[in-house]
Amino acid sequence: MSTAAATHDDHHDHHHAPTGLKRWLFSTNHKDIGTLYLWFSFAMFLVGGFMAMVIRAELLEPGMQFVDPEFFNQMTTVHGLVMVFGAVMPATVGLANWMIPLMIGAPDMALPRMNNWSFWILPFAFGILIFAVLMSAFGAGNPSAPNFGWTFYAPLSTKYGPASTDLFILSVHMMGISSIMGAINVVVTVFNMRAPGMTLMKMPLFVWTWLITAFLLIAVIPVLAGVVTMMLTDRHFGTSFFDAAGGGDPVLFQHVFWFFGHPEVYIMILPSFGIVSAIIPAFARKPLFGYASMVYATASIALLSFVVWAHHMFTVGMPLAGTLFFMYMTMLISVPTGVKVFNWVATMWRGSMTFELPMKWAIAFVILFTCGGLSGLMLAITPVDFQYHDTYFVVAHFHYVLVTGAIFSIFAAAYYWLPKWSGVMPSKLLGELHFWNSLISANLLFFPMHFVGLAGMPRRYADYALQFADYNFWISIGGFWFGLSQVIFLVVAVRCAMKKGEPAPAKPWEGAEGLEWEVPSPAPFHTFDTPPVVK
Amino acid sequence: MQSTLFHRAAAGLTALMISGMTYASDWTERSNLDLRPGVTEVSQDIQDLHTTVLWIVTVIGLLVFGLIVVSMIRHRRSKNPNPATFHEHVLLEVLWTVIPFIILIAMAVPATRVLVQLDDTAESALTVKVTGYRWKWSYEYLTYEDDNDIGVSFFSNLATPPEQYNNPVLSGGLFPYGTAKDLVGKEAPEKDHNYQLTVDNKLVIPSGQKVRFLVTSDDVIHSFWIPDFGGKKDAIPGFVNEMWALVPEGKEGTYYGQCAELCGKNHAFMPIAVEVVTQDDFKAWIAEEKEKAASGPDLTPFSDLDQAMEEGQQVYASACALCHGANGEGGIGLPFAGTDFATKSEHLNEHIDVLVNGRAAMPAFKAQLTPRQIAAVVTYERNAFGNDTGDLIQPADVNDHE
Repeated sequence: MSTAAATHDDHHDHHHAPTGLKRWLFSTNHKDIGTLYLWFSFAMFLVGGFMAMVIRAELLEPGMQFVDPEFFNQMTTVHGLVMVFGAVMPATVGLANWMIPLMIGAPDMALPRMNNWSFWILPFAFGILIFAVLMSAFGAGNPSAPNFGWTFYAPLSTKYGPASTDLFILSVHMMGISSIMGAINVVVTVFNMRAPGMTLMKMPLFVWTWLITAFLLIAVIPVLAGVVTMMLTDRHFGTSFFDAAGGGDPVLFQHVFWFFGHPEVYIMILPSFGIVSAIIPAFARKPLFGYASMVYATASIALLSFVVWAHHMFTVGMPLAGTLFFMYMTMLISVPTGVKVFNWVATMWRGSMTFELPMKWAIAFVILFTCGGLSGLMLAITPVDFQYHDTYFVVAHFHYVLVTGAIFSIFAAAYYWLPKWSGVMPSKLLGELHFWNSLISANLLFFPMHFVGLAGMPRRYADYALQFADYNFWISIGGFWFGLSQVIFLVVAVRCAMKKGEPAPAKPWEGAEGLEWEVPSPAPFHTFDTPPVVK
Repeated sequence: MQSTLFHRAAAGLTALMISGMTYASDWTERSNLDLRPGVTEVSQDIQDLHTTVLWIVTVIGLLVFGLIVVSMIRHRRSKNPNPATFHEHVLLEVLWTVIPFIILIAMAVPATRVLVQLDDTAESALTVKVTGYRWKWSYEYLTYEDDNDIGVSFFSNLATPPEQYNNPVLSGGLFPYGTAKDLVGKEAPEKDHNYQLTVDNKLVIPSGQKVRFLVTSDDVIHSFWIPDFGGKKDAIPGFVNEMWALVPEGKEGTYYGQCAELCGKNHAFMPIAVEVVTQDDFKAWIAEEKEKAASGPDLTPFSDLDQAMEEGQQVYASACALCHGANGEGGIGLPFAGTDFATKSEHLNEHIDVLVNGRAAMPAFKAQLTPRQIAAVVTYERNAFGNDTGDLIQPADVNDHE
């Protein structure tokens, strides 16, 4: 993916671009920054994945074998934070950086220096968080890393939080600043830099979903910043926002957190909808079914995401009327989500499909994301949620939407656009190995979680009662298999970055549409200096 | 050690192959595949609702996936070289918006009915206050029928001994507290049938009567969950949440549950066990407990150091070992082995005081342990783990302590 290196001196480029480290540190080029984001997110995916391996090793069989329960909690916490804020979000930002200017015919992002800053904050933010984990594993006295779950409920994270909670707060603030800047950049770029003739309703759906995602980010990341700041003042400056003993309210924490947290879920999945809406028409050789309804469905999902947050907290003891409101609203979300799935199926219907790698990942996304969506509908039914809540059923649900949903679609995007990024086709053999291993192992990993959850195994448990043992063994085997399978993608990506592979034409996929396929592969360092005209 | 792990894994695999689904009221013999129907009417309503919704989503899922599979087979390029060009169909789009909406309403109606029923805690015969602690539960009986002054309360701790779950295969940096280093390579004893579920003092409730639980917490948020009673309620410091259960007559027995909200290190180690007994048995039990509570603490002195040590060891294992380590080596709590605190006589009074009144992160134990238990455990901590002070603390010493 670090490809533009070889091409930055093409005929568009009259100045001397910096080389080596300086090129990456000081880059204001959307392609370079996109590449940085993508490599960073993949690195974080491996780091977070390693933590998942520790969790699965401990849960391979009943009893405490590998780690202390305290360290186990640190692993579940940091695994969640790294995957959400370090892997999925930066990966979609990387895709936005690379693809939005190419898709709308813009020469670059609107705010290139801010773009640089929003990326370079991230390694430091995660450096701080991972430092806490390294200290816990290897430091003298093993000071605890954040151990309160990625949802960091008060008062476990305030009055009872370890000293490293302050590192966590600083780190989350930095991630938030990075996300807000990235989001502002997308909004400004989309509104100001579209090529002549590219009206809003002609934009590729990926641009639409990212535009809506950006608005969600701008709306809710400040809420996250607010809640961690309230934690900070509770911890050090004598306030009692979340401390009942001082007149505060621990449930307030959950309301504020999930007011951020639920839209956050859609922030992670909406770009995926855009990716799949680009790939399925390309390989079905048929226009996307219901473009306008896709846009409206995405917007409705985004709006509804602001009025469903308390479905994460049905068991805190809300009044009946509140519980009913949040149950009905949550059920309602399945309507626009259903529309999207039906549209994808209708796009495939009577198409002329071929199943290249991006299409395989995209179809796997549609099916497995739908599984996650359907278990989400089950979770919306409040009385039953009283049983499902905080069990492995929930863990299965959100891993279906986030791993086989968001992450599968990111792989689909990577295989789809790698020829454009690198100028070479990704290895078919390795790609097939990566796909099939991931597909089978992910289901072995996540599907039995439904069973142990329904049978009653609570989540975030370092040890469990004996009747959960059989499934947990298989879940762990699936986990190790899935983890190892991702190493194959590392090889695929490195090979592309090193230009090993068949050279890619400007448009490697027969049915693909969009401005990005009108520039050569690999995309030159500067594209669309003169805006294309969209008819 | 690798081969042991491998053997255990192989045993697990075999067990999986020969185990099927079994349904029984015993937690460990329950289905490991589906939501359990439970014993109360509400939990069975919830299970029915679950089954209905599961069928609905299964049918929807199979329909959608079926269409995808048919399309993948029939509309591949080799079968259908010329793609259609349609990209909208108003009727279809209206239908697939309206029909899901109607299905949702069909699901919302029974869901609302069960929810309203769950919310009705009125007219309960027994009220028990449930308090979550890190990492144990306490039960305080408030009212039963016409009796508004029961005054019976006790704590409930995990009874699975640490030897059963501490069986490390690695050591080093991955053991932040080093508690298990000495156990590396040692074979763990056979796990009990109700591993990680048994407790020292069960919550006792009568069958055939509505029991109201007032759920709260002393520190962080916990969640009180007995799957067989249908649903859970968070235990939140500063809040009192209500839930209720009515176990029908003839369903007496022991039901298990676990804490369902992350509450720190030993979140997985604070189970709930409820013993449901007939009303007659319950009345007899509560009368006996009331009498015990009224007679005041047992201040009979220990006859010798050995007797105190023996009782102290049991108290230490259930109340102290989780934080201070099975061998007094420390952990979340401070170590005892060879420390000044546990060996120097000038700290003796302070030692008793910390147990009785708590200090910083150490909770006060005067409500959780009897003076006799506190005396025994202080004696134990000062004479075990290589400590050898010879101090023998008597129940009366603790009872006199302010």
